[in-house]
Amino acid sequence: MADHDHTDPPSDPALRVKALESLLVEKGLIDPNVVGEFADYYEHRVGPRNGAKVVARAWVDPAYRERLLADGTAAIAELQFGGLQGEEMVVLENTPTTHNVVTCTLCSCYPWPTLGLPPTWYKSFAYRSRVVIEPRIVLSEFGLHLPDDVEVRVYDSNAEIRYLVLPMRPRDTDNWSEEELAALVTRDCMIGTAVPRLPS
Amino acid sequence: MDGIADMGGMHGFGQVDRTDDNGTFHAEWERRILGITFSVLGAGLFNVDEIRRATESVDPLTYLKTTYYERWLYSTEDLLKEKGAFTASELATGRSATPASNSTPAVTSEVARVILEQGGTSRSAGGAPSRFKPGETVTARNIHPHGHTRLPRYVRGKRGTIIVDHGIFALPDSNAAGLGLRPQHVYGVRFTARELWGPETSARDTLQIDLFDDYLDPAGEPAR
Repeated sequence: MADHDHTDPPSDPALRVKALESLLVEKGLIDPNVVGEFADYYEHRVGPRNGAKVVARAWVDPAYRERLLADGTAAIAELQFGGLQGEEMVVLENTPTTHNVVTCTLCSCYPWPTLGLPPTWYKSFAYRSRVVIEPRIVLSEFGLHLPDDVEVRVYDSNAEIRYLVLPMRPRDTDNWSEEELAALVTRDCMIGTAVPRLPS
Repeated sequence: MDGIADMGGMHGFGQVDRTDDNGTFHAEWERRILGITFSVLGAGLFNVDEIRRATESVDPLTYLKTTYYERWLYSTEDLLKEKGAFTASELATGRSATPASNSTPAVTSEVARVILEQGGTSRSAGGAPSRFKPGETVTARNIHPHGHTRLPRYVRGKRGTIIVDHGIFALPDSNAAGLGLRPQHVYGVRFTARELWGPETSARDTLQIDLFDDYLDPAGEPAR
């Protein structure tokens, strides 16, 4: 490795990525401008606010909720969300008796069009290994303590289906607008590691 | 393969560390490797099942010591070498030993938009007939393929119930090995937590996982 400034050392992967990129550009296999466009898309165009809009719509519109649970991909497309890693969407409805939580033990499959790229912890070995065998302990570490009479149902999204959790609408929100409701829906609520809470 | 990536049910990784809640990128090189990998995937240099195969084939010590995007880098490098896109010495120098060829055109902005906004499903119009129906009890096969599979160790040999037939999809085991799509039904199969993890776990909790037809036997048959 070349000499470098100790305050900002270029890490080994940074150098390797540079070498890989220049080689592929030289071979005409990639366009360096397009390389950046992929990342821009995930930084600016998609993220968990998309999923929150889907959830809020389902809370205020019972017919939409039914369509969402019957065909997640089509109902999500009604709100103009879809694409890579959202081609086969299934929406999982939390109920007073069932709480759903999603993982991908083999890699880190995740519904990108509705949630964006996954947080670091979703890709972590601890989450992938433990949430299937001890979901209640993992959820309690997230601050979510579920009663014994609620079934915890873990989804391992290891094939082509991607899952979005539809959380229960909090009580005392009858007069809330769709936008106000969407603001309650965090990313973790749609993974299943949290539930929506009213601001205290 | 029974590799390090198949970690469902392992102990020892500690608490889930949520101090880094970031969903996007931590450094410019992470942005670049995502874009590079999508570009070569889009150009057809390899498929998504092959990149998953290459990622889980990263040697276990490296796998455990590296971050998500470092593993993207290593698997993309390995796979492009395997496909003959470049040689190891070209990669080491970052310089091509041969002139650019036009045989595989680079992904353009327009194609990138189509990839991002439309994606691509491995769903197939036809394939092997379904062997199972919702409500049936099945046993996940006790198999240990050396190649790529989406059948994790922790369900093998366990009995579950078919909840839903998702339709017909390409089999990753076959597609990752360059052996064709072998389209077949994928089912949502539900297991009780006790079937998977024994009597000390909750009697109420369950786990659902999507399994290809080839991964299953009728529960009446002895586990293979």
